Amino acid sequence: MNKITNEKELTERFEHCGKCLEKKFHCEPGYRAIVVCGGTGCLSADSQGIMDRFNEVIKEKGLQDKVTCNVVGCFGFCSQGPFVKIFPEETLYTKVKVADVDEIIEKDIIGGEVVDRLLFVDPQTKEHVQKQNEINFYKLQKRDIALHGNSEINPEDIDEAIGYGAFQGLNRALHMTREEVIDEVLKSGLRGRGGAGFPTGKKWSFVPKTDGPKYMICNGDEGDPGAFMDRSIIEGNPCAVIEGMMIAGYAIGANDGYFYVRAEYPVAVKRLSNAIKKLEEIGLLGDHILGTDFSFHCHIRLGAGAFVCGEETALINSIEGKRGMPRPRPPFPAVKGLWNCPSVVNNVETLACVSYILREGWEKFAAIGTADTKGTKVFALGGKINNVGLVEVPMGTTLRQLIYDIGGGIPNGKKFKAIQTGGPSGGCLTEKDLDTPIDFGSLVAAGSMMGSGGAIVMDEDNCMVDVAKFYMTFICDESCGKCSPCRIGTRRCLDILTKICDGKGEEKDIQDLKELIDVVRNNSLCALGQTATNPIVSTMKAFPEEYEAHVKDHKCPAHVCKNMMEYYILPDKCMGCGLCQRGCPVGCISATDLPAKIPGKFVLKIDASKCVKCGNCQAGCRFNSIIKR
Amino acid sequence: MAKLQPQAVKLITEIVERYKDEPTPTMMILEDIQREFGYIPLEVQELVSQLTGVPVSDIYGVVTFYSFFSMSPKGKYVIGVCLGTACYVKGGQLVLDKFSELLGIKPGETTEDGLFTLDILRCIGACAVAPAVSINGKVYPQVKVDNVKNIIAEYRAKEA
Repeated sequence: MNKITNEKELTERFEHCGKCLEKKFHCEPGYRAIVVCGGTGCLSADSQGIMDRFNEVIKEKGLQDKVTCNVVGCFGFCSQGPFVKIFPEETLYTKVKVADVDEIIEKDIIGGEVVDRLLFVDPQTKEHVQKQNEINFYKLQKRDIALHGNSEINPEDIDEAIGYGAFQGLNRALHMTREEVIDEVLKSGLRGRGGAGFPTGKKWSFVPKTDGPKYMICNGDEGDPGAFMDRSIIEGNPCAVIEGMMIAGYAIGANDGYFYVRAEYPVAVKRLSNAIKKLEEIGLLGDHILGTDFSFHCHIRLGAGAFVCGEETALINSIEGKRGMPRPRPPFPAVKGLWNCPSVVNNVETLACVSYILREGWEKFAAIGTADTKGTKVFALGGKINNVGLVEVPMGTTLRQLIYDIGGGIPNGKKFKAIQTGGPSGGCLTEKDLDTPIDFGSLVAAGSMMGSGGAIVMDEDNCMVDVAKFYMTFICDESCGKCSPCRIGTRRCLDILTKICDGKGEEKDIQDLKELIDVVRNNSLCALGQTATNPIVSTMKAFPEEYEAHVKDHKCPAHVCKNMMEYYILPDKCMGCGLCQRGCPVGCISATDLPAKIPGKFVLKIDASKCVKCGNCQAGCRFNSIIKR
Repeated sequence: MAKLQPQAVKLITEIVERYKDEPTPTMMILEDIQREFGYIPLEVQELVSQLTGVPVSDIYGVVTFYSFFSMSPKGKYVIGVCLGTACYVKGGQLVLDKFSELLGIKPGETTEDGLFTLDILRCIGACAVAPAVSINGKVYPQVKVDNVKNIIAEYRAKEA
């Protein structure tokens, strides 16, 4: 590959590669381009096999001169994957299997006829939708800032990234002074996407202008359960994050950048290392970038499975080869960070936004969003929602739009109960909060927080005390143990919640919990401990009656807590088929003397004293005659 | 120290050598050892300490802190049940309980025949196919309590 050593060469490469991409998306007559989703969700449904099969068939049919097939980043609509998109028509095929490949080639690529059965079917209108942007899920989204290039470019091909605009922002930054770059980011209003929402430009401006080594660190230790934004961004367009880091490095005067990525994300790590290696080969990483005196080197460090390493000072300790325990702040990392040198830690999505801001200018970024927060936010929508996936919406979009218009509502006709944002540090928001516009300030005012972007929807079948217990179990496991309020306090909170969920709760427990929460919140060293009790506080506030039902009546209204529920066979619905009886591991189901609907069979009954509540009977029943009560 | 095989000592020395230019390579060395051998027993920690000059107490502290490192060998098949929030609200706990019941081990333990280790995972990002189970990296989507028996049988059949 030719080196890119100055601005002119970058521009030439940008124009050349841009034309190639243009050709690919708007193929000349007779030419076609196939792209296949290579996000982790689709890969787990064998999208690699789909791609291999496409390339095989293209060869078999001798189409290789006119048809190409390559991988792209996440399409975001994970519940409908794997995706195959055909250019220039932009036909989007959903839930594709390896076995469908031959038909797509025969019918669409050769015959020019859309394969109707693989199109997305709108659940309301039942109509088949051919194009991506005609699907409701995509209509309210703005997927070209943080998710820029995801589902368009090949993440393993540097030239596609360059043709799509990568390093144009860096080039612009290198023509500015460091102060001007910081000022540009300040004016854009960008706030850190990792959770706390601290203004990014301000964070950079805290770095002293002294000589000596400084470090840029990218926090890709996405530990929030149920969140996968950062993973998708790195998987879909690694160059955007690298570029953002280089711009930040230039602004603070750092020549080395460290990516700290979870070891659980093998695809992301592979694509990031590949991009770094290729950028070094062509001279976009290394010494004297684009002929200037700015030099920058990137390194990757893997996380080893500790949630607390998402906290910036714990992350720094981990890179230094220590236990990932937070350090007291001040001194802040901007003054004394990695190896005691000034360092800035920015989140993956933040850095992707930085490359957008420098490429397009701060005005364009600041024009999107609310007074409180500019730009867009990527959310990982999950839980009890129809359209599970990754979405990018402008700030100011309401939760209702997120859940119903984009998310497609709650499956199986169930009732919406709560949406949990902010992961283990966040809270639950309910029906009355649904018209809250999404931005940092509004979500905090409503009793939750933005967090890094996990958004888990819960329906009437979820017990909120159990959800609080779930988060507490997580926090207890992940508390680093350095300070006692967090280490012991969260354990005691979990003990009380477990007691309540086991049906042994007393009214006094609620009061005890409240006292404990104050202690943990006000005395913990780092944000993990200070926010650890938020899931309890928010569920207590939004669902006081559920806590009361647990401790006063010893009932779990959602029938989740096992000691306070039982399985029951509805006598008038039971057909007497005996399927449940065969599935029961403890033999607690027996026939009564009531005749069932099948002649010669009898209605069955569960002996609650022997039942271990495994749920096998309910899962096996074909007539929905077994309920929880 | 006598317990370590000469090949193991050689490989560990090579791994340490790989990172000799890094200012603080402890994590990188341990990650490579974990990947290579599947666990990091005390003897290995002592050797790494000798080779790097990092006190063995620090190395032990790191090994026991991060969930990626293990001090005992894992089973041939590591069953990871995802208990990220998305999987949990869709019944991941019930799936975990079923594995635990059928294998007769608690999460974190390995079966006596060394075949299975049962682990809890914290979100593998497969939220769209929740509840998810990952066995040696292969993701099983939308696992129901009913499927658990068959999944275990699938692996037992491979061994028979």
